[in-house]
Amino acid sequence: MNDFEKEYEKWYSEKVLKNPIPERGDFYTSSGIKVKTVYIPSDVKGSYFEKLGLPGAFPFTRGIHPTMYRSRLWTIREFSGLGDAFMTNRRLKYLIEHGETGLSIAFDYPTLLGIDSDDPLARGEIGKAGVAISTLEDMRTMLDGINLAEISTSMTINGPAAMLWGFYIVVGEINGVSPAVLRGTIQNDILKEYMAQKSFIFPPEPSLKLVIDTFEFGSKYLPQWNPISISGYHIREAGATAVQELAFTLANGLTYVEEAVKRGLDVDDFAPRLSFFFDSSMDFLEEIAKFRAARRIWAKEMKSRFNPKKERSLWLRFHTQTSGASLTAQQPENNIIRTTIEALAAVLGGTQSLHTNSYDEAFGLPTEKAAMIALRTQEIIAYESNVTNNVDPLGGSYYLEWLTDKMEEEVYRYFDRIDSMGGVLEGIKKGFFQKEIADSAYRLQKEIEEGKRALIGVNLYRIDEEPDIKVLKIPEYVETRQIKRVKEYKKNRDMSMVESSLNRLRQKANEENLMPYIIEAIKNRATLGEIVNALKEVWGEYVEPIVI
Amino acid sequence: MSPTKRIKVLIAKPGLDGHDRGAKVLARSLMEAGFDVIYTGIRQTPEKIVKTAIQEDVDVIGLSVLSGAHMYHFKEVMRLLKKYGIKDKLVIGGGIIPESDKKKLEKLGVAAVFGPGTDIKEIVDFIKNRVRAN
Repeated sequence: MNDFEKEYEKWYSEKVLKNPIPERGDFYTSSGIKVKTVYIPSDVKGSYFEKLGLPGAFPFTRGIHPTMYRSRLWTIREFSGLGDAFMTNRRLKYLIEHGETGLSIAFDYPTLLGIDSDDPLARGEIGKAGVAISTLEDMRTMLDGINLAEISTSMTINGPAAMLWGFYIVVGEINGVSPAVLRGTIQNDILKEYMAQKSFIFPPEPSLKLVIDTFEFGSKYLPQWNPISISGYHIREAGATAVQELAFTLANGLTYVEEAVKRGLDVDDFAPRLSFFFDSSMDFLEEIAKFRAARRIWAKEMKSRFNPKKERSLWLRFHTQTSGASLTAQQPENNIIRTTIEALAAVLGGTQSLHTNSYDEAFGLPTEKAAMIALRTQEIIAYESNVTNNVDPLGGSYYLEWLTDKMEEEVYRYFDRIDSMGGVLEGIKKGFFQKEIADSAYRLQKEIEEGKRALIGVNLYRIDEEPDIKVLKIPEYVETRQIKRVKEYKKNRDMSMVESSLNRLRQKANEENLMPYIIEAIKNRATLGEIVNALKEVWGEYVEPIVI
Repeated sequence: MSPTKRIKVLIAKPGLDGHDRGAKVLARSLMEAGFDVIYTGIRQTPEKIVKTAIQEDVDVIGLSVLSGAHMYHFKEVMRLLKKYGIKDKLVIGGGIIPESDKKKLEKLGVAAVFGPGTDIKEIVDFIKNRVRAN
């Protein structure tokens, strides 16, 4: 026992245990990590340079850039998409006008599943949870008047990511913007769809093939595009703990890299364009520890497994969104405060871009007013709080460093379990991740109901009142208008061209990189649903095991 | 119904959204509370849900939608129940559903809509009271 530990033991028995006001019980982080009263230098093991280093230097715990926000603030990127292409175009322009620096598109469910708006399965869903995009014309309308050479666009799309990316690339071409200068991200993280978000289309193997196709295509023709955003957000929102979010996301990330290397890609050709996406929820310090641990684990694993030459291949660059599941329908204005705390954690954790939720999201899509407050939340942190004055200002906090180490340790424990079951794909097929997430969700709900986890306005200080809230509704005519547009698009084209490009797609499905064939089909005016259906004929559709 | 028979509940997700956290937590909590529970999984059509409800002879149908498409799917379920002459099933709903829609759904015959922050006990008690009363 060293001096610090001896001193601590003495202090603990003399001061803490004999404190006239005893502690209120044991204390845990939201992931269930038990936390001591106070942390001291001896709690932080290992060498400073091995574990932390300087920002912009391996293992990047303190940040991927040497100067972070002193040089450039994070990108303010508010997720939006509603109704049809016209309505979303208007909202995007509104956000740009008020200081947003990057676009982030939300699609409706039919689009997320590669279903055209005029398909009967799309009924009732069109434009409800995001924008409906079935055709090249829809994408063109949505981006009308927005300079694609200047702005970066993130698209939350997974199953049909390659197709939506194709639409975007072709719209760029029509507008005279070469693919080489297009900047943005497609989420394209199919593995977490099977685990959590559930917007899968095809079975895992061909889906993974399509993802690697986009890596390869992007590294050749769209060097400024992130072909994937490896996402923990949905895993977390589905109920996972911060530890599970981190472990499963990084395991997925490493799986993609392995697959791409197996295909014969050079790790340095694609790894610098991999991006990540994390949740920021209410356990402020645990979230910051999570972001720091994420960077360190990724850099270490990339280095030891794939030995890249470019330093950039070791960077874990990430987008953050505040937690939707942490918001309450009771006293919704309180959500502004929750979002502020979560956003601050993301910034102190060194995020590259950020979305802040609107306070009305437990009721529906955000109204313009709520979206504005969310935007202002980021701007107040960025310009008024001075937390951007230096890099990783909380680094060196005994507790934060201990917790960062602890999260890393827990992540490696999950890595071992995943390895022993044969990797991520096997885990998905066995329902391992689904079960882990469902168990955490259930436990969390129990804790809230038993009052072990406080939720102001829900299980603590509840007042029974009808919230005074204006809800955004997508008008009924949007669905009719969109169906009509898609039907008209389908009338005005040469069907033999559509058919022949879809045939080529079917033939090449398992053989070649599909991106060029998808782009060709789009140029021949094939719709999203038609392209997806052609591939369903070859690959089939995934039916998930039900895990409660 | 006889006091000894267990209440049978179908938890269903109509439509395309994959937000199954609430549906699964509820399914599991209702099992814990002593109900027989069937969970359909995601992406069910209203037709399929109503058929399952009839085949399995459930007492309660719980519908969960978080994509904003609740009005369409709930209406469809209610229409099909009517079409098949089913009157003995308690239909409840949950999801991201605005207050004004809740009232419309209740008019259509949905017994109750439970939003975010609902205590599971409230749902358990509601089902017990309403099913026993039938």
